[in-house]
Amino acid sequence: MTAHDTTLTRPNAPVTTYRYDDFDAAFVKERVAEFREQVRRRLAGNLTEDEFRPFRLMNGLYLQLHAYMLRVAIPYGTLSARQMRRLADIADKYDRGYGHFTTRQNLQYNWPKLVDTPDILEALAEVEMHAIQTSGNCIRNVTADHFAGVAPDEIEDPRPTAEFLRQWSSAHPEFSFLPRKFKIAVTGAAHDRAAVKVHDIGLALVKNDAGEIGYQVYVGGGLGRTPFVAKLIRDFVARADLLAYLEAIMRVYNRFGRRDNKYKARIKILVHEKGIDAVREAVEAEFAGMDRAVFSYDPAEFERIAAYFTPPPYEALPADSEKLRAARVAHPAFGNFVEVNVAPHKAPGYAIVTVSLKPVGGIPGDATSAQMRVLADASERFGFGELRISHEQNVILPHVKQDDLFDLWKLLDAAGLATANAGLVSDIISCPGLDYCSLATARSIPIAQAISKRFADLSRQRRIGKLGIKISGCINACGHHHVGAIGILGLEKKGQESYQITLGGDPTFSANVGELLGPGVTAEQVPDVIEHIVDFYLAERQEGESFIETWRRIGHARFKDVLRREGEDGAGI
Amino acid sequence: MALVSDGRFVEDGWRRLADEETLPKSGKAIVSLARLEHALANLPAGVSLGVNLPNTTEPASLAAALPRLELIEIAFPAFADGRGFSLARLIRRAGFKGELRASGRLLADQYAHALGCGFDTVEIPDDIAGRQDEAQWRAARAAHARTYQRGYVAPGSILDARRKAAAK
Repeated sequence: MTAHDTTLTRPNAPVTTYRYDDFDAAFVKERVAEFREQVRRRLAGNLTEDEFRPFRLMNGLYLQLHAYMLRVAIPYGTLSARQMRRLADIADKYDRGYGHFTTRQNLQYNWPKLVDTPDILEALAEVEMHAIQTSGNCIRNVTADHFAGVAPDEIEDPRPTAEFLRQWSSAHPEFSFLPRKFKIAVTGAAHDRAAVKVHDIGLALVKNDAGEIGYQVYVGGGLGRTPFVAKLIRDFVARADLLAYLEAIMRVYNRFGRRDNKYKARIKILVHEKGIDAVREAVEAEFAGMDRAVFSYDPAEFERIAAYFTPPPYEALPADSEKLRAARVAHPAFGNFVEVNVAPHKAPGYAIVTVSLKPVGGIPGDATSAQMRVLADASERFGFGELRISHEQNVILPHVKQDDLFDLWKLLDAAGLATANAGLVSDIISCPGLDYCSLATARSIPIAQAISKRFADLSRQRRIGKLGIKISGCINACGHHHVGAIGILGLEKKGQESYQITLGGDPTFSANVGELLGPGVTAEQVPDVIEHIVDFYLAERQEGESFIETWRRIGHARFKDVLRREGEDGAGI
Repeated sequence: MALVSDGRFVEDGWRRLADEETLPKSGKAIVSLARLEHALANLPAGVSLGVNLPNTTEPASLAAALPRLELIEIAFPAFADGRGFSLARLIRRAGFKGELRASGRLLADQYAHALGCGFDTVEIPDDIAGRQDEAQWRAARAAHARTYQRGYVAPGSILDARRKAAAK
């Protein structure tokens, strides 16, 4: 049976998402039944809370500040309209009518009840979704480029690889009790939209001189309290060896990763303390010692998976739409949306649309159930029923005809989903912070809201251009502040919230951890400081230069100096 | 202590020997890794030898002893410490055919993981055995009837099942 046969039996399903076969469906059902039993045994006292914790975490269930939180996997960020509707239904039935999309391409519900979670997992399983390994000290939900399959700069769609890894890592007998969480990201394009160098393992699809597709493997990246950019461990791993090579890395990490201190238990610390050469040597020795044939890659299985990700049936269209050109002229607000939120597509006449979940003054990444349904409808009307979640906490419609963009925009606009700020200064990544998270030491959402309101004027944002602000409410760095062009880290100092600002972070192939600007500032001062930084950039930038380019050219010290001087002038910084 | 074998609590035929105890004349004895060399050199004929390993043991250091060992026990200092799973894999890979035993605070929920990595038996403290009876161990094992990984000791590899189905 081919992917296309199965779509015939499921009329609303998109062609380019992985479809469970009977085995996958049975596997997920088995996990739900297992968790239902674990909840029962916890309540009956067969499992203590300490014993139950890792198993509930492996099923996405956290105990947060006010309530449980359930983190649902959206593998490699790909989602069908049907699945999005189910997420909306769950939000209404078991939560408070909304969900929060995260930097790991997951969706979090903030208010589920413990006793309801097996039912929620069952409702997810019905639409081929789950919460398996969205938390815990195991291999987490694998993430990928949100423009996968449609980006013009793509070498290969990374999603078959990501799905291949999802299966391999699910309930892995050997690697379910690792020293710490383990995150893998895959990109298949020339430009890295998956932030592979700040993951425990980053995979970049590459083509070697012989024209074979393989993987560049990076290891030991990560943010948190000790941020590291990953190191290249192997320039080329053939596809046939991918799983074997990853098993070798995992085995070395499982055996030698530190377990004495949870903050030092990540593979980045192993790489930092032993050095990449020693880690490489250990991995290569393990790789050489394995019987690779027994468990290594199965080409037929990879092809079976890849068949689900073939392009949808695009129409043959001219590269540029006349209708789109006319609508842009007639409706300037729409024109701005196209300029900012629409990206080029590899199929002529199509476009990739980023739907911003960052309205001015809103909570980054939050979507109401009504908005989720609008997005599901929009994807079916205009995009083969497929959606993506980006690590920037936005929703992507990956296959929209340019001819349809105006109608789509009207639909989105009516639902409050047409904010034209993708990649701009108010498209802020933010963790939930002290409002929800039990680890947080400071608020993040109100800071994001204040900055977004300060820069509410979208024409001013467009003049400023691409500028990523990322906010974390504690040193665990869920908001990726280290790799924000402007990063903001909330801390608690003597009972007061204090915010450290960093500049120059970059999550792409040219990855860089941001540098500290100076002493922390108060919550109220943050928007002023950001505005000073932006003004200084605008004054200094050369034609066509992005913020990060200007920062690299003139250097961190200049930014530091000007802020210090302005502070002395009484700006209160 | 309770010993789980094939989903049942069974009698343990092995005796753990303290380092200062003299080697028995017969029966089955488990010695510490520190005592292993001495035990191998002085082992009376007819005694079955087992060794208890910390989970940080370098498997290559056992190479010479492997053919003479009938049981290897790997310590799990905490259920969340998964090093023993990788060590078990390496010991099986080195050719060990005897009984591989996990010993420590493992939970029924990890039974399938242990079996998958090559363990035969699990030895648990009484408090865990008291809360997690045989039925729970069997249920937890059955809850992992299907696995995606190949090369692990799993009867229900999805990938193999798919191959079989595709070949039909």
